[in-house]
Amino acid sequence: MARKLSGMRLLNLLLGGWSGLVFLFLYIPIVLLIVYSFNASKMAIVWEGFSFKWYTALGREALDHVSGTKRSPLVESAINSVTIASIVTVFSVILGTAGAWLLYRYKFPALRSITTLVYIPMIIPEIIMGISLLIFFKAMSLTLGFTTVIISHITFCFPFVLIAVQARLAGVDPALEEAAMDLGATPMKALFLVMVPYMMPAIISGGLMAFTLSLDEVIVTYFTRGPTSETLPLRVYGLAKVGLSPILNTISAVFIVVTVALTVAAESVKGLNK
Amino acid sequence: MSTDAKEVMVEVRRVTKTFDEFTAVSDVSLEIRAGEFITLLGPSGCGKTTLLRMISGFETPTQGQIFIAGQDVTHDPPYRRDANQVFQSYALFPHMTVKENIGFGLRMKKVPKSEAQERVREAIAMVSLGGMEDRKPSQLSGGQRQRVALARAIVCRPKVLLLDEPLSALDAKLRHAMQVELKHLQQKLGITFVFVTHDQEEALTMSDRIAVINQGKVEQLGDATAIYHQPKTTFVANFIGQANILEGRVVSRAGRKVTLRLEGGPEVTLLADDLPDDATTAMISVRPEKILIRKQREESDNVFEAEIAEEIFKGATDQLMLRTPGGLELWAVVANESARQATVHKGDKVFCHLHFDDIVVVQGN
Ligand SMILES: Nc1ncnc2c1ncn2[C@@H]1O[C@H](COP(=O)(O)OP(=O)(O)OP(=O)(O)O)[C@@H](O)[C@H]1O
Ligand SMILES: [Mg+2]
Repeated sequence: MARKLSGMRLLNLLLGGWSGLVFLFLYIPIVLLIVYSFNASKMAIVWEGFSFKWYTALGREALDHVSGTKRSPLVESAINSVTIASIVTVFSVILGTAGAWLLYRYKFPALRSITTLVYIPMIIPEIIMGISLLIFFKAMSLTLGFTTVIISHITFCFPFVLIAVQARLAGVDPALEEAAMDLGATPMKALFLVMVPYMMPAIISGGLMAFTLSLDEVIVTYFTRGPTSETLPLRVYGLAKVGLSPILNTISAVFIVVTVALTVAAESVKGLNK
Repeated sequence: MSTDAKEVMVEVRRVTKTFDEFTAVSDVSLEIRAGEFITLLGPSGCGKTTLLRMISGFETPTQGQIFIAGQDVTHDPPYRRDANQVFQSYALFPHMTVKENIGFGLRMKKVPKSEAQERVREAIAMVSLGGMEDRKPSQLSGGQRQRVALARAIVCRPKVLLLDEPLSALDAKLRHAMQVELKHLQQKLGITFVFVTHDQEEALTMSDRIAVINQGKVEQLGDATAIYHQPKTTFVANFIGQANILEGRVVSRAGRKVTLRLEGGPEVTLLADDLPDDATTAMISVRPEKILIRKQREESDNVFEAEIAEEIFKGATDQLMLRTPGGLELWAVVANESARQATVHKGDKVFCHLHFDDIVVVQGN
């Protein structure tokens, strides 16, 4: 028994060590990037001392851009990104929730294959998705720009909302909606006063997921953007090709913090009401 | 009760419900009186819930009609019926407090705020949930949730309250307490209760009338004593309490009385009111506790000899399996002996006494 226990402990230790290594491998680059965003040097990868100067520079650039004193493509792309992600989130939430609701409400066998179809934009390689959307937009003679980027983001973002809401609906007591109607609520009222609040944690976490995904997206955006709809990740990519500048570290650090915060929020909302 | 006891509150008229090929409810007619506590009793899958859901409006009959307070509601949606349901799972709204849950129906009916508040307060007091108004359902015990579900329905003052096995999730002790409480509440409010259960004891305890349902049909409708003492079919006799179902041939008739020779057993005489004049065989039901067992022969309508083949201790009672010389086996129940009382035991030869009123003619299924 004692031998067995110590064997278990050894295994746990090994597993723990392994997990630790994996996490180090995953997070060291990110930590380094955040550390280097406080680097005083003009060179992105040579450490010269701690400083907030790049943050101040970034702040000034943002202020100048907003006040109209000096146009900054970097800040402009950040604003684009947030705008696009917000619009994408709104549409994804509406489409995803409505989709999940309809799949729950009408359980036709034919609809089951639709559920599978919904997964496709999530798993298809982004490059293929980008190219096919580009062909589609060209075929429809749409001018590439904000609209095309938003449409293409929605196609792979709304399934995340749909799946989150669907998972929540899978566990719902069918009597819940009936109870509402029994008490005098029309089907519409039952939906909005009882079922939507029930789905809300999933809607919020799915929505946050959609926002984060849209904010981070590079490849699909690359194919479907227009001259005025450059997003932040693409701008950063463009700048990085020219040369690593400390301000890139800075903006990336801000980006990481926002993304992590949103993901954590999405997860904790999902954990609510369970 | 203020309402006229003869007024019909719910009428189920020749209702059939078929799912695909399967008939869940088959040509059921039922008149439920105002202010009555009626129980739909039957085994699992017999169609109780389906019948209830047709009254509440969640299922539409394939055939037949449903009336509530004289109005044909067969095709009305649930939210336009003056009936409320207490669900087996309670189905409380998880994002609302106790108070909001109970007030939901009044909100839907656009009852003025001050009146609604007053009625919610009243309902909370009625189900003894004072102090829990602002809790969420997840912060309540099973029994408390059950009360919220009840309050949420009665606060609407429906003409009919439909309850689908509302007590089945509670433990035995709480269930007994709630049975009494529910019955009191019903008498106080004078609301018509349609109560679904598969628990015969629960049905006997609470109901004014019981509708025994089997395979989508109402086998018998009557008050608890009638259902117990005069079962009409073997199913009813077996489903409520215990019964010896015996078959016999008619050997003679004299006025209201008829004598049967039981298969492998003695002759018994019984009242022939329920037996067609030309019947040559009959099936009868005898409750185990109606068989009087003595060591000596006593004066009675029917006396026959038997041996005690089996004796099972049940606490307050002993269950005995009797075997007649001809090989007929039947169950009897005797109160457990006190120290002073003469007792019978396994292997004893005894005399069984049976009053003809205690023999009931039943129909086979
Ligand atoms: N929506 C449905 N589709 C198909 N069959 C159904 C449906 N609802 C009920 N049934 C069938 O109808 C029969 C009666 O069901 P019902 O729920 O009324 O039984 P019940 O008497 O309430 O049983 P229980 O005591 O188990 O709740 C069952 O055999 C059930 O399988
Ligand atoms: Mg049922």
